[in-house]
Amino acid sequence: MDAVLLSRIQFGVTAGFHFIFPPLTFGLTFIIFIIETMFLKSGEEIFRKISSFLIKLLGLVFVMGVATGIVLEFSFGTNWSTYSRVVGDIFGAPLAAEAIIAFFLESVFLGVLIFGRARVSRRVFWLSAFLVFFASHMSGLWIIVANSWMQTPAGFEKVVVNGVLQKVTLTDFTAAFLNGSTIIRYIHVVLAGWITGSLFAAAIAAWYLIKKRHEEAARHILKVSLIVFICSALLQLGSGHAHSVQVAKTQPEKMAAFEALWNTTTGAPLAIFGIPVESEQKTYLEISIPRMLSLLIDLDPNSKVAGLNDFPENERPPVLLPYMSYHTMIGLGMLFIGIAFLGGVLLVTGKLYTAAWYLWGLILLAPLPHIANETGWIAAEVGRQPWVVYKILRTADAASVVVPAWQILFSLIMFSAIYLLLFMMFIMLLVKFVKAGPEEVREGGY
Amino acid sequence: MELSDSVYQIIWFILIGVLFAGYSILDGFDLGVGILFPFITTDDREKGILARSIGPVWDGNEVWLVTAGGALFAAFPLAYATVFSGFYLALMLVLFALIFRAVSLEFWAHDEKRRKIWSWAFFTGSLVPSLLFGIALGNVVYGVPLTEQFEFGGNFFTLLRPMPLLVGLLGLVAIIVQGSTYTAMKTEGQVHERARLITKKMMVLYALIFISVVLSTMVYMPEIADKAMVWIFSALVILSVGAGWFFNSQDRNGGAFLMSSLGFAGLWGITGSIHFPNMVRGAANHAHSITIGNSSSSSLTLKIMLIIALIGMPVVIAYSAYVYYIFKGKTTEA
Repeated sequence: MDAVLLSRIQFGVTAGFHFIFPPLTFGLTFIIFIIETMFLKSGEEIFRKISSFLIKLLGLVFVMGVATGIVLEFSFGTNWSTYSRVVGDIFGAPLAAEAIIAFFLESVFLGVLIFGRARVSRRVFWLSAFLVFFASHMSGLWIIVANSWMQTPAGFEKVVVNGVLQKVTLTDFTAAFLNGSTIIRYIHVVLAGWITGSLFAAAIAAWYLIKKRHEEAARHILKVSLIVFICSALLQLGSGHAHSVQVAKTQPEKMAAFEALWNTTTGAPLAIFGIPVESEQKTYLEISIPRMLSLLIDLDPNSKVAGLNDFPENERPPVLLPYMSYHTMIGLGMLFIGIAFLGGVLLVTGKLYTAAWYLWGLILLAPLPHIANETGWIAAEVGRQPWVVYKILRTADAASVVVPAWQILFSLIMFSAIYLLLFMMFIMLLVKFVKAGPEEVREGGY
Repeated sequence: MELSDSVYQIIWFILIGVLFAGYSILDGFDLGVGILFPFITTDDREKGILARSIGPVWDGNEVWLVTAGGALFAAFPLAYATVFSGFYLALMLVLFALIFRAVSLEFWAHDEKRRKIWSWAFFTGSLVPSLLFGIALGNVVYGVPLTEQFEFGGNFFTLLRPMPLLVGLLGLVAIIVQGSTYTAMKTEGQVHERARLITKKMMVLYALIFISVVLSTMVYMPEIADKAMVWIFSALVILSVGAGWFFNSQDRNGGAFLMSSLGFAGLWGITGSIHFPNMVRGAANHAHSITIGNSSSSSLTLKIMLIIALIGMPVVIAYSAYVYYIFKGKTTEA
């Protein structure tokens, strides 16, 4: 296999595995901050117990995120050194800023949350919970800035020698920071994280209620996390829509791939299901809503939407994977809205804590936000191909030239094996922590 | 205020050195604790105390590495790209080790059935980077083959030449001493005494390796003997190691840890004095060295990064110090 493909697979495996944990961190730090605020205001011991329990889970999630995150920072240099040379002037800064502004804050005060309950005042502890919540979200912001710049680059100029791009240099920091997609992508990812973390916490609470254990704590956890879940799932409909419109405007060939829109169409339909076959330029078993895509993008059912054939052949993204992953994500998003709606009804009518069918549903569906996160990310990244930086640098031209393929194959096998082991340990300890429950948490750490 | 390109480049050369020095001193002690972890303790109670002594802070310490790496990427992308791709296998080993290191304390604490495995994983995960970072730095300083396009022209075995290996050993011993002086400071009883004994022996080894590195470097690069800074920082290292040995023998553990840290700062001072203005020295042909001049980002990027660092890092240091203060004193049983 060639080195570029191996590096792509390795980045996919390592980033995809890492991406299990930051969304959980978003959701959990948010819920912990809410519970700590309730503890600060009411002083009731139950909130302290709940928070300490969730902090124990967060500690496990966070350590997994740290272990897998540093790999990614190194990988730009190890596997994508041409990329690093060409865009380092712009791309390095958000990574460094992420560490200085966010990651330090998150790591240092998480130490206080896990080990320091007995050593600080209630106010300082609450502040620590806020800082961990705030910093984890700031950390995500800088990573999204870096990724968004690859999708919709701005604020730079090219340095070209003899027709070959040498590097891009920063001309306008604010333009590069905001570019065309940072804000909407960030909102979309944060909401996805809240959906992920809140359903995770809600499922644990649901399990306790079914087993009739820790019921008081479980009711509090379920209520708080379900409210977060309901709000996030509903807001995600709006952010998802706005994000899609942004993609259609700034990366039209990506939207064409998402929808398998082969030819430019006036009054384009919205695809619901289908199996696109690129070689035949045909979508089998297609189910679609007429004119809906045009309506959603332009608020005009008769507007013209660019099809794949409008773009040069060597600038078209693959279709099958972005199409399938994009529609999986949207389908799951709709499912979450349904769960949110049902949960809202049960909460208002007071039947939530006893509706066993719904509680079981929460448990079974808890892993699904991860699928939505991963497919959304795959759609965004594969949909950008063949570019690593949209219309600036091709993925094929971005890899390291001095690293032989066998070395990448070796590291890929190692990462896969190590991550499999880590994942099994993560699940095992998670089950163990949940079984032990909020009564068993030792607040001094280990 | 507009500064010239070279001023920004010099500032960032120094700042990246400071970040790596901060990483060596802070993560150095928990790396050192990791290397000592299976040897300095006899039972799970002692291991638990040692784990808790670094538990709240190791992760924040590792962020110094993330910051230094990010700053290197942002300020000198060409150096970052060449070194990270050129040293591919070595860095992969570092990454595998850092992954295990990050999870193994958590797993040790909660997976009681496999404590032995996680204890050794923590040891290995700490040992490998402690050794390889020094070897990598030695290679960058003594020089590696670079092509005309500033790509790395050697292979994995290029990295294993005697001088870089010696520097690797020096780094390893310095990290072990960081760990043993920290352990002595944070523990009581048996572990405390064992840590002091290790410090006592390791400080001697530290001095011997340091002197042999300095002397052989003088042979390899005679021109550095003319640099006053090299002599000043060398004196600092020797004095710190001596004073650290003395404080340790007096059971003044805070002083010993401080001296060990000062010695580490001195090592970075020497490195910077020898290395400037190189980022990666070219082995065969010095015209092909990667320098701060030919590898840096634009002044706009360096300026924005400088603003972020000058505001951000003092704040980081302030709240980190506060959290160290929260966990001050001897670590006891939970």
